[in-house]
Amino acid sequence: MDSAVPNPAVQNPAVVVSGVRKVFNRGAANQVDALIDIDLTVQRGEFVSLIGPSGCGKSTLLRLIADLIEPTDGTLVVNGKPAHQARLDQDYGMAFQQSGLFDWRTVERNIELPLELKGWDKGRRRARSAEMLALVKLSEFATHMPWQLSGGMQQRVAIARALAAHPELLLMDEPFGALDEMTREHMQAELLRICSETGTTVVFVTHSIPEAVYLADRVVVMSPRPGRITAMVDVGLGRDRSELTREATEFFDRVTEVREALRGTHVGDSLTGVDDR
Amino acid sequence: MTTTAARPRDSLAIVLPPVVFGVIFVALWQAWVEIENVQPYVIPKPTAIVQSLVDNPSLVTNACIVTGANAFVGLILGSILGFVGSVLTNRFRLVADLVNPLAVTVAAVPAVVIVGVLNNMYALDSQIGRRLMVSIAVFFIVFVQVTKGLRHNNPTQIELMQSYAATPRQVLAKVRVPNTMPFLFTAIRTAAPIAVIIALVSEYFGGTQDGLGTKVSGSLNGSNKALGFAYVVGGSIVGLLFFAGSSLLEYLVVPWQRRRRTG
Repeated sequence: MDSAVPNPAVQNPAVVVSGVRKVFNRGAANQVDALIDIDLTVQRGEFVSLIGPSGCGKSTLLRLIADLIEPTDGTLVVNGKPAHQARLDQDYGMAFQQSGLFDWRTVERNIELPLELKGWDKGRRRARSAEMLALVKLSEFATHMPWQLSGGMQQRVAIARALAAHPELLLMDEPFGALDEMTREHMQAELLRICSETGTTVVFVTHSIPEAVYLADRVVVMSPRPGRITAMVDVGLGRDRSELTREATEFFDRVTEVREALRGTHVGDSLTGVDDR
Repeated sequence: MTTTAARPRDSLAIVLPPVVFGVIFVALWQAWVEIENVQPYVIPKPTAIVQSLVDNPSLVTNACIVTGANAFVGLILGSILGFVGSVLTNRFRLVADLVNPLAVTVAAVPAVVIVGVLNNMYALDSQIGRRLMVSIAVFFIVFVQVTKGLRHNNPTQIELMQSYAATPRQVLAKVRVPNTMPFLFTAIRTAAPIAVIIALVSEYFGGTQDGLGTKVSGSLNGSNKALGFAYVVGGSIVGLLFFAGSSLLEYLVVPWQRRRRTG
């Protein structure tokens, strides 16, 4: 890490969402209460999955954390500062369902884009993109064009780009949603490896229950109309996860727990519940 | 026929039918003129047109070069102005919203009307009026397409730039303008053959007597129909060259476009 001088902010959680509400088209006939009563704290180094059906506001919550949209009420603190300042400081990296790579830039120049906007000189940028390409195991494709790569490889480039500035926080919106099942499982394992190598905090939006459980330390379950957090499931599978994890009894127990929480049929007992307000 | 047809076979299957059709068409034309004994001042025989081309290579070539140069200068000028004009006006959405409908409307005004005005503005021996006419036609085609391109953005890329706290100027330079490249080069490919036609029509409406437009009308109005058709063949070749050249340019500059079209 280039500028990893420890500062007091290191003690802060990565993300603190308090009392957030988001209303779209306020006052209009098509007003939508996208999110209400959202309280969520993500600790540094933690991997949190947001899961819920379409329209539960999980992507909206991610965009609020990223300061791509503003809350109607409530506060968002990212990296110990207001979300807006965190965005200006490029404190987080972001990846979406679409890789969003630029067709006219080579793979390495795609990865260098956020650094270019930060005003880094070319030598420093090139060194960093080489480092990131090694991290996502695509070094030999540095000078390829994005459209020459497969979908999975494109997503790896997008992840490399999101991590290029060495942010401590990674925000991901269904990044593997458009991939086939085999590629998807491979990418999940790769993401866990990358996160353990870099110590990055992740907030990961998905609508796949096994994906949420396999990746996360904690699964945040949301429900729609209005969008709110209905349960939190501590996964507790440890950090050392492999393909065997997908076949473990504990894994299936957590999957069942999340599924029941999504159905809303099972509240209490093993669930952490909504006790964090 | 198996499903594993080789690739050269595929391209042959694409090229062969139109070639065969063309040969049959010319043969029927020749046969019709011969059998019906059509007079050469009505429609010349294809063989007479070829003979005329062979007899007057420099006449046809020179006229082609004059018209080609007019079309080329107009195409380049119109493309640059159309592109720059679109990017500048789109910095101010309101201006673009005012200019765009006007561009579509003016593009529909027949070239004949404008070229008369332009020809009167410049000396009789000048090519400027014709080149401006081509530029105007090309300008609107490029302007409308590039404007479409500037507004056709990938939402993910825009959100990404927002997450980097990029300024509007950076978004324009690094996302919006590069995104217009497929639109720009598609517009140029569309405009290239049109540029040749406009140059030809502009020459037809007065000015110096050296381009294909005047040569065609001169020969067709006179008795040398075969030579007139030879000039028409020359014009077709210039048009095809423009189309091929601009297609090649598109293929080289925006390779991802071709990739996307072919899947």
